[in-house]
Amino acid sequence: MSASRPLPRWADIALLPALNLLLAFLVSGLVVLLVGENPFHAIQVILYGAFGYGDGFGYTLYYATNFIFTGLAVAVAAHAGLFNIGGDGQAYVAGLGAVVVALALDQTHWLIAMPLAVIAAGAVGGFWAFVPGWLQAKRGSHVVITTIMFNFIASALMVYMVNRVLKPASTMAPESETIEVAGRVPQLRQFFSFFGYSPVNLSIVIAIAALIGVYILIWHTKFGYAMRVLGANPTASRYAGISNSKMIMITMTISGALAGMVAINEVMGVQNRLVLDFVAGAGFVGIAVALMGRNHPIGIALAAILFGALYQGGQELQFVIPGITREMIVVIQALVILFTGAMEGLFRPSLERAFMLLSPEQKSEAIAVSTAKPES
Amino acid sequence: MNFSTLTKALSGGLALSAILTGVALADPAVIYDLGGKFDKSFNEAAYNGAEAWKAATGGSFLDLELQNDAQREQALRRFAGQGANPIVMAGFSWTAALTAVAPEFPDTNFVVIDTVVDAPNVQSILFDEHTGSFLVGVLAAMKSETGTVGFVGGMDVPLIHKFYCGYAQGAKAANPDIKLIENYTGTTPAAWNDPVTAGELAKAAVDAGADVVYAAAGGSGLGVLQAMKDAGKFSIGVDSNQNYLQPGSVLTSMLKRVDVAVQNALTEAADDATFKPGLTVLGLANDGVGYAVDDNNKDLLTPEMIAAAEDYKAKIIAGEVTVHDYTTDSACPL
Repeated sequence: MSASRPLPRWADIALLPALNLLLAFLVSGLVVLLVGENPFHAIQVILYGAFGYGDGFGYTLYYATNFIFTGLAVAVAAHAGLFNIGGDGQAYVAGLGAVVVALALDQTHWLIAMPLAVIAAGAVGGFWAFVPGWLQAKRGSHVVITTIMFNFIASALMVYMVNRVLKPASTMAPESETIEVAGRVPQLRQFFSFFGYSPVNLSIVIAIAALIGVYILIWHTKFGYAMRVLGANPTASRYAGISNSKMIMITMTISGALAGMVAINEVMGVQNRLVLDFVAGAGFVGIAVALMGRNHPIGIALAAILFGALYQGGQELQFVIPGITREMIVVIQALVILFTGAMEGLFRPSLERAFMLLSPEQKSEAIAVSTAKPES
Repeated sequence: MNFSTLTKALSGGLALSAILTGVALADPAVIYDLGGKFDKSFNEAAYNGAEAWKAATGGSFLDLELQNDAQREQALRRFAGQGANPIVMAGFSWTAALTAVAPEFPDTNFVVIDTVVDAPNVQSILFDEHTGSFLVGVLAAMKSETGTVGFVGGMDVPLIHKFYCGYAQGAKAANPDIKLIENYTGTTPAAWNDPVTAGELAKAAVDAGADVVYAAAGGSGLGVLQAMKDAGKFSIGVDSNQNYLQPGSVLTSMLKRVDVAVQNALTEAADDATFKPGLTVLGLANDGVGYAVDDNNKDLLTPEMIAAAEDYKAKIIAGEVTVHDYTTDSACPL
């Protein structure tokens, strides 16, 4: 076994992701170069498009809102050792809860409609994750398999509901009726004209509250402690008197409810109606966001903004450099996910060695640790 | 590259892109729907129209493919803000976005195909798909030896029912005892690009006795054409002239000239003097819809069939025969 010790915390949280991101941009730059465009210009366009002006920044925040919810959904489940890859389906069916409440209450006031829609969307999304949780807890069906299968069930169910139940007869497009102004979530641009026409709305406040709430839940409550014990060692948690099956079901429900909040942002904040496939893959981006954010709310917030910036900057790229098609933008986004998510350990060994060379006392300490005999 | 050059390049680029975004471009813009530019169907027809305009005038145009629904308003504002004029968009999903954006840019001319947006600076183009489908229905019923003809639609929406309803009326007009088999590929936009399912539906129609099947299914229609060719029967293409795809098996194609509409829109809407805001309906009279006859299918159509179709065409234009439009009352009286 080599003499290594864990990286300092700041290097683990900030330096390593930054290096991965740099590498991702380098490889993306090569791809841009291959199609005959200037990579530096492309990066400038992305940065300017995502942060340079109010409209663009608003779009970045709007995408980030979705990714915060789905990232938190993945992270909460991950702390309990569960891999919820059904965020897409949970957010999708949650749209039903949101749109039904919003349409029913769109003659009242958003202060009434929004909290009730949050509850309804959370309940429906939570239920969609509770069922796989129940199957895992009581029947041992692996939650990775069941949650992804529930994505397909969700999309079939929603096609039926939108086409056969919610769609007014006169519309061609598969979508529900439009929600009246009183049932919509207010846009941030109504308070700050800085955001131009961008769709960022008050859902971002729910997202920030969810970040704080998840932090408190995981690290400052008894339930969060039990969750983490279950994630670290299910046998130990059982031995400590924790009901593993109850924990699995409750955790999955919380995870699904968080994913369901995407519906508030999309259905009540942006589209003002239920359209087919409104989640647009946010559930899967959430997995990358949680991975990159190390399942910590601060990391998730930063990663969500990064992915929001990539989405919005990518769109900007298409406007400014027509030679870069939408498929190219997906390639760049995928490279970032690959390097920051799947290959995040790429620099770890060399970084660990570098840190040891830099600090001699750490090096001797590390050697002492690795050569110490295990206590009998 | 050292750090200072990098920052210089960055700030230079930022200034450059700021200039780029502020510059007034008078080029027209075409925005495709979610299906993408090269969908072998509707969007591609719009693209071909824009390319034809480019070849004819030597001008250039901007275009954009959407990635999600939230980008519709963004794309419109972006192009309009850049000074693009006119802005042409294809697809019935644009209603909400265009209704919101059009009043913000009163000096920009918008053209939308397949839906109606009521604003002084919007031209809405609709096609009389029911009359074109009526004519191919006449041809199908006269060609059929079994007395049964089929229909495979794409996505199950009122617009495609409009195709079916016209087709059914035409078939009944030519042969009152005709049997009709009606199918739709699916209920999501994926139904526009699912040739396998559409082909299976065509085979099922053949098993039920149909020997002519009309495919109004965008990219999925290719599966219908293939299945009918394999069965040794006849198919009818849609939108573009698809006779060449399976020569000898494609009886005819119901033409819906989205390409011509886009090409004309790019020319006319660029100038306020020729721009025609309001509703434009392209039908048989102005060759917006019709049926295709070329070298690939001239042996399949007898002179009597052509004569009958031309007769109905003249009568429809003259108003002697009215073809019911499904979308007016969501019903198809047969």
